[in-house]
Amino acid sequence: MKLTVAGTSKEYPNGLTIAQLIEAEKVETPDYVSVSVNDEFAKNAEFATTELHDGDNVEFLYFMGGGC
Amino acid sequence: MGLTNEQIERYSRHIILKEVGVKGQKKILDGKVLIIGAGGLGSPAALYLAAAGVGTIGIIDADNVDLSNLQRQVVHTTADIGKPKVDSAAETMRAINPDVNVVTYHDYLMADNVMDIIKDYDFILDGTDNFPAKFLINDACVLGKKPFCHAGILRFKGQLMTYVPGEGPCYRCVFKDPPPKDAVPTCKQAGVIGAMGGVIGSLQAMEAVKFLTGSGELLTGHLLTYDALTNNFRKIKLPDHVPDCKVCGDHPTITKPIDYEQAVCSLKEQKKS
Repeated sequence: MKLTVAGTSKEYPNGLTIAQLIEAEKVETPDYVSVSVNDEFAKNAEFATTELHDGDNVEFLYFMGGGC
Repeated sequence: MGLTNEQIERYSRHIILKEVGVKGQKKILDGKVLIIGAGGLGSPAALYLAAAGVGTIGIIDADNVDLSNLQRQVVHTTADIGKPKVDSAAETMRAINPDVNVVTYHDYLMADNVMDIIKDYDFILDGTDNFPAKFLINDACVLGKKPFCHAGILRFKGQLMTYVPGEGPCYRCVFKDPPPKDAVPTCKQAGVIGAMGGVIGSLQAMEAVKFLTGSGELLTGHLLTYDALTNNFRKIKLPDHVPDCKVCGDHPTITKPIDYEQAVCSLKEQKKS
């Protein structure tokens, strides 16, 4: 299936979960990332069970604490 | 009241812009902006807002200038080492533009002073370096119905978003709760390229000026991210409404500002950051 991940079109196997995508995309802080799918936030507790679908638009939003 | 001849000359490059004009410049001169943190983000914001003629600029920071700050905190100079950052920043802003009334707060922003400090300002910039402060500012601005611009920087990356009451999501809608201490790296641990504060802090100043003049679109409902290594800017659309947000959702459970436990220790430990 085709996903748009952070603005880039990518091919992933059907049935991929958000947790698997986080792993595949090598997200640096996998436990502390917000994920939106088609303009709605996914619940962090459901990353492992939420399957993505062909055409989904996924964004990762990262904590960035600096300002110093 | 009209502008003086000196003001017409000083702000001529603003006045000539159709989005600003004399009317917009007067709004800037009447504007009140609070900068929270006189560091990497707050420094460039302070310089540009003072130069723009923002009438009242508040600046809050409890730290003193340290040698390790000077790689990026451009409002301070080598001669300022050891001085309170707010005094050093105020001196620089007053030297740039005597039109500006600078108000300094040499203090930590906490749950018991935040509402009182923000209440007199039109727009607030979050230039802090820790999550407890970022969540405190968000909640206080949501509860106090104040628009603000959040930003964060780390390594070669930076991001910002603007919250306006009633228009789009707040910071907590996106990030829910502060991460545990040390779960996410800080600038002090992981570093930050000096000019990143310049890029993102200047964008925050731009949001403040656009808010005051009413020109263009603010970064409400969006997170703008910048990756210096790839030169990619991305304006990421955020969900319009997050019903389960603890502070601005349909059934808010946060009704007053919170000092997260780590706020005090991480702020005090990071005195040099």
